[in-house]
Amino acid sequence: MSTKTPSKLEEILTAGHLAVTSECGPPRGSDPEDITKKAEMIRNHVDAINITDNQTSVTRLCSLAACVHLKMMGIEPTLQMVVRDRNRIALQSDILGAASFDIHNILCLSGDHQQFGDCPKGQNVFDIDSMQLIQTVRLMRDEGKFLGGDEIKRPPQMFVGAAANPFADPFEIRVPRLAKKIAAGVEFIQTQCIYNLDKFELWMKLACDRGLHEKVYILAGVTPFKSAGMAKYMKNRVPGMDVPDEVVKRMSGVPKEKQAEEGINICVESIQRLKEVEGVRGFHIMAIEWEEKVPEIVERSGLYPRPDIS
Amino acid sequence: MIVAEKKPIEEIIDQVKDFQKLLIAGCNECVTVCEAGGKKEVGILASALRMYFMNEGKKVEIDEVTLERQCDHEYLEEIRDRIDKYDAVLSLACGVGVQFMAEKYFSTPVFPGVNTCFMGAAEERGVWSERCQACGQCILGETAGICPISRCAKRLLNGPCGGSTKGKCEISKDLDCAWQLILDRLKELDRLDDYEKIMPIKDWSTERAGGPRKVVREDVRL
Repeated sequence: MSTKTPSKLEEILTAGHLAVTSECGPPRGSDPEDITKKAEMIRNHVDAINITDNQTSVTRLCSLAACVHLKMMGIEPTLQMVVRDRNRIALQSDILGAASFDIHNILCLSGDHQQFGDCPKGQNVFDIDSMQLIQTVRLMRDEGKFLGGDEIKRPPQMFVGAAANPFADPFEIRVPRLAKKIAAGVEFIQTQCIYNLDKFELWMKLACDRGLHEKVYILAGVTPFKSAGMAKYMKNRVPGMDVPDEVVKRMSGVPKEKQAEEGINICVESIQRLKEVEGVRGFHIMAIEWEEKVPEIVERSGLYPRPDIS
Repeated sequence: MIVAEKKPIEEIIDQVKDFQKLLIAGCNECVTVCEAGGKKEVGILASALRMYFMNEGKKVEIDEVTLERQCDHEYLEEIRDRIDKYDAVLSLACGVGVQFMAEKYFSTPVFPGVNTCFMGAAEERGVWSERCQACGQCILGETAGICPISRCAKRLLNGPCGGSTKGKCEISKDLDCAWQLILDRLKELDRLDDYEKIMPIKDWSTERAGGPRKVVREDVRL
């Protein structure tokens, strides 16, 4: 298969390697070192780094600017873009802005509702949805056109991604929803954090039964627990998260000072098991404010060194 | 119907405390049905205000009226002959009625006695919920009769999002996920395959985004 964009991530996936991506949350301030330091820790262990876009609706340094910082470091960024905060003018404008810095990956998302964040009294936009954002980027890239129909000079060249949550309800449409995103034009998927491996494998099997794994690159999302408290929080408080009791129990079953290590163990074991699942083409490691552990996870999972593609 | 909620009495007092002659005007339509601004609520509010002003030692004259509709010239005209008797009107109609009153009686101060909330229906006695945001281009035919614009917290046309859990919305366990409802009904109608049709980007120009709206029907104009 040939690539459609200059994205390194696309090239690695197309070449048949298991890809490894990670993410960095931008700071609640303007110090670029908050991003560059995190990125420096993981740059040799991942193929691309997502920059989150005001995740959980908490105001932060913008994803685009943070991506530019990565770009200046020679690291490949993935621009996360939510449709919560921008209308179609702003979305297209930011896509062009990113393209002007040769940012070649984009992840199209809805975004958490603003009530979870620091501005619950603010408006939301949702002019288009994540499905339609996928279509928009593909239109801009493949046809070189704006939504309004006008021609774009030097269209963006972006490898188009989206999220998939196999654990949200109703389960029966989770595979049809993936099919819908593929029909909209998505090229890679980063999944929600996987703790319920059985359920993920079922979702993946149903996707393979429809041949969807041949139409999109699926990166399995993993997040190591730092503590039993975090496991409980993720289980009970984070919408759309499925943390089985036995995982919480395993975390709680070790002394506090050993819990972080146990969290990493669980994460590495999950990756090992997921590597064997048909249709899994890579991993998206979301070590939330724990970026320093990404190299260890990648190495212990046998995903290091990363393919040398220039 | 248009659903409204009574404003807190403190806020109402703050608005009208400097007037001596007050007319409290109810409306016999939606706000009567949702028990926020009909004849009954006009009476209760009038009594409460009379009591408040009496305790404060203030002499304030309060009259009551409930019009058939405050969003209609014909019924608003019914108070023309006495409107000049009042220093102010406290309207318990929805925002439409309050504004129509203000337009008609240009030199009389008008204050709202309710907060207009949404277009909705009574789910049960004492519980009202939203059903329509008047986007101006109805898509209920494609969404199994359930509106994702008014009932999904993200107005997703291609939902549900990843926050849908056990049939509930990510913002509240008390709120149904609109897309769960749509899917349940698509299934019931044997139309679940329709879920995979991608709903195109919406034209919001017929919604609030397009500016204040107007419907002109030449065929029914006089």
